[in-house]
Amino acid sequence: MTRLTRARRARATEQLARVVTGLAAAAVVGAAVFVVAYIVKNGAGALDVGFLTGAPRDRGRAGGIFPIIMGTIYVTVATAAFTLPVGVLAGVYLSEYAPRTFATRAIKLAITNMAGVPSIVYGLFGLAAFVLTAGLGRSLIASALTLTCMTLPVVITATEEALRQIPTDLRHAALALGATKLRTIRTVVLPAAAPGIITGSILGLARAAGETAPILFTGAVFQMRRLPDSPLSQFMSLPYHIYAQVTSVPGWNRTLVWGTALVLVGGVSIISVAAAVWRSIRRRKVTW
Amino acid sequence: MVTAVRIAPDGTLSLEAPYVGEAKRSLAEVADIQGSFTLSDVSVAYGREVVIEGVDLFIPPRAVTALIGPSGCGKSTLLRCLNRMNDELGNVHVQGEISLDGQSIMGRAMDPVELRMRVGQVFQRPNPFPMSIYDNVAYGPRTQGIRRRSELDSLVEESLKGAALWEEVRKNLKKHAFELSGGQQQRLCIARALATKPEVILMDEPASALDPISTQQIEDTIAELRSSVTIVIVTHNMQQAARISDQTAFMLRESLDTPAHLIEVGDTKKIFTNPDDRRTESYITGRFG
Repeated sequence: MTRLTRARRARATEQLARVVTGLAAAAVVGAAVFVVAYIVKNGAGALDVGFLTGAPRDRGRAGGIFPIIMGTIYVTVATAAFTLPVGVLAGVYLSEYAPRTFATRAIKLAITNMAGVPSIVYGLFGLAAFVLTAGLGRSLIASALTLTCMTLPVVITATEEALRQIPTDLRHAALALGATKLRTIRTVVLPAAAPGIITGSILGLARAAGETAPILFTGAVFQMRRLPDSPLSQFMSLPYHIYAQVTSVPGWNRTLVWGTALVLVGGVSIISVAAAVWRSIRRRKVTW
Repeated sequence: MVTAVRIAPDGTLSLEAPYVGEAKRSLAEVADIQGSFTLSDVSVAYGREVVIEGVDLFIPPRAVTALIGPSGCGKSTLLRCLNRMNDELGNVHVQGEISLDGQSIMGRAMDPVELRMRVGQVFQRPNPFPMSIYDNVAYGPRTQGIRRRSELDSLVEESLKGAALWEEVRKNLKKHAFELSGGQQQRLCIARALATKPEVILMDEPASALDPISTQQIEDTIAELRSSVTIVIVTHNMQQAARISDQTAFMLRESLDTPAHLIEVGDTKKIFTNPDDRRTESYITGRFG
């Protein structure tokens, strides 16, 4: 009889656990869906060809956001160009070559923590280091370098994490065939880890594309007559445009600002989804 | 535990051990046969802890040597000394002298990369690379710088035939290796090891993760290979050791705070029917382990 009661109680606890965890998951999904739905509802009205291909008029209260989209693309691509090679190589060093000492562990921990430093701090650092000390002025390249500092920890950590997932046996298989360490990494380990590295990197770059604080002091401007034509040009950018509209334009056009937010979220989502699809195609082939 | 190689004044070579069928071979003949290991006073330590002590062992060329013993007795560790894979684990120190065909493979005397092209390894669990069957087998030759398609093609075919996998995959060489069954994957790994034309292949419990039929196929493959390449196999399965090996070495760690020793080595038939050491007999008859 007691045994039966205990079994019943265990079943009830199990049910409760399912409900509690389910509610937590629903809250998270619900919040995300609400945010996206809200942006779409308010911003969808702004989306048309003129908005995506035109220049802003009347301080952004009318017209389009084409130069603003292009500015974000430029600065994000430049950030990727700096971040990916340095970040992946540093991750490979930390994971494959660095001696397993206390110092290495401390460095890894410091890098992980760097990802948590508030972005405004990176903005200040960028202003001091790239704009003033390096003499780059407020420019696209100074902003890209600042965003690189912010994104590097994410890419390094993602690379390290992805490399750690690769079974030791696979490395040993290559080494036992007489492959050098470099060849093992280049032909076996990195290709197998590529999906993880790319996913992590895209998450980091998506965050960089949407950041305002690091570009605020280092190169983003409110209004420009032309597209950036050199790395030393200033540039317009989606997140900064939203910030400037809301804080400094009296009577700002709500639909256009929501539309700008929708373009930012949509662009980042498309890239994330594309990466996820690519990864799942790869995953079907690669399992252990 | 005897394994000195004696050179008599008349130029004949005798292996001071009862297990080599033809105890006497002329020096010229021996020089021609490749892939013999001589271990003398080999000890291995993980950090400060000595796990294997004082192993003297001769591994004859073109024959199958089985290493048996209870779990944790250092069989796999000793095996990894032979292709210097212990180097990759860090914190493993090997002392004593190991030579391959008379040439030392220890320390600076031998580049591990070169050694591993001569001494291949097959691992406990099948570990094909995440690439096609062809690319798996061609990995070793490509590492050696072979790029000519025709040469690679014939090496791949030859190696897959050597591992008794050719008939099953000849039409699907471009297929991803992960689409093969576990047993096929392990034979692919044997083919991959064969493709560098090694003198020796080390096998670390190659069938322990496989079903009985796949195990049988692996054993058949080993039987095919024994005439052309030296095989050193670690196995937990004593029937397997008895079936496939020419020489058997029994290792034992008698207590957790003492290192493992090589208890007895000899002709497989003798070890399994009439071992010299009482401990070997207890292990063989299943009294412990």
